[in-house]
Amino acid sequence: MDFFNENHVNAAKDLLYKMADDQLIIGHRNSEWTGLGPILEEDIAFSSMAQDKIGQSEHLYNLLHELGEADADTVAFTRNANQFHCCQFVEFPIGEYDFSLVRHFLFDMAEYIRFEMLTGSSYENLARIAKKYKGEIKYHTMHANTWLQQLSHGNEESKARMQSALNDCWNLALGIFERGEYESVLNESGIFAGEAELQEKWLETILPLIEKAGLSVPEKSEWSPVYGGRKGFHTEFLQPLLTEMTEVYSIDPTAEW
Amino acid sequence: MSTTVIDSDFIREILLEVKDPEIPTISIVDLGIVTDIKVDGDAVYVQLTPTFAGCPALKIMEQMVRDRLAQEPGIAKITVETTFDKQWNTDMITDAGREALLKHGLAPPKHHEGYLELDVLSDTPCPYCGSRNTTLKSPFGPTLCRSLHYCNNCLQAFEGFKPVG
Repeated sequence: MDFFNENHVNAAKDLLYKMADDQLIIGHRNSEWTGLGPILEEDIAFSSMAQDKIGQSEHLYNLLHELGEADADTVAFTRNANQFHCCQFVEFPIGEYDFSLVRHFLFDMAEYIRFEMLTGSSYENLARIAKKYKGEIKYHTMHANTWLQQLSHGNEESKARMQSALNDCWNLALGIFERGEYESVLNESGIFAGEAELQEKWLETILPLIEKAGLSVPEKSEWSPVYGGRKGFHTEFLQPLLTEMTEVYSIDPTAEW
Repeated sequence: MSTTVIDSDFIREILLEVKDPEIPTISIVDLGIVTDIKVDGDAVYVQLTPTFAGCPALKIMEQMVRDRLAQEPGIAKITVETTFDKQWNTDMITDAGREALLKHGLAPPKHHEGYLELDVLSDTPCPYCGSRNTTLKSPFGPTLCRSLHYCNNCLQAFEGFKPVG
């Protein structure tokens, strides 16, 4: 990337790590519904989305490799929790289906908008990938919104569960947009407009859909974003996930299937 | 005795023999994932692009292309690469490709020209009886590129190759 100076490279890496780690971890969480989905179609849906997201993380790790980081498998499978840059939201256990669905809605909408913004990135290799991912994630957001609307307009119990899950998810979801140390570099170099703009666009998109579902987000005075994940501070849930995910790799790093 | 001229048309022709390992009726050329072919003397470069980032058949298809090219005596150097330089979408599937999908019992994706919402996916004619009286059961199916539908006319479940933008 000849337009990069060192500061740009570091900023791009920081951004890529966040996105790739988010994809890998939420992908792993999605896969935990395989075999357990409440109905067969949902089992398949979460399994498919898991496959999409883990595949997407791989190509993002490949971009990091181009910028001088270790190869995708090494980066994905050999780091400890404190070296991960995912937001805490994605590492929470799948919980009940309402929690997984609302997280899916809030997170995937943010992800879709992030990739939409990145289609115009000056970092061309990332822009190309973003164009591709946007088309794939579109199916994830359609799925999420369909269930949000259906269950919120289902019966009293389903609506109450969706509202309660939304309350539980809200501050965690705001943590997606934790500002990094390279916000201005990313913005000035045209790589990415930044987390603040992403959050704004996200709110503009999701609030009408939440209203349409007849649900409400907490009062603004109660908004308290859960930050830390982007800087390597994680919940107690991440390390066990990583340990499980890397079990085979730890036994035999050269294993193939 | 005729001599074969190895040019990009010739390469495209022989790659028609390389089929999608998950849908063996469609060639990778008709699927639209061969995005560039360059021939320089006895060196051949083929560029592929993924249908889906998480498609497990990617590496297999790269190898299938290498194996097929290696059978041609006039080719000494083979380079196969998967990139996102030109991003795949289902409008890149050729008419022959759409026929091939149908032959496999998969409803071909609707031309979407960039507009993709659930109503596009819902409007999928049955590959068995052709009826448009069908219901979308799920946008996710047995592989990343397929969706699940039900035909209310011939009362059969079927799969569609879903439109991707």
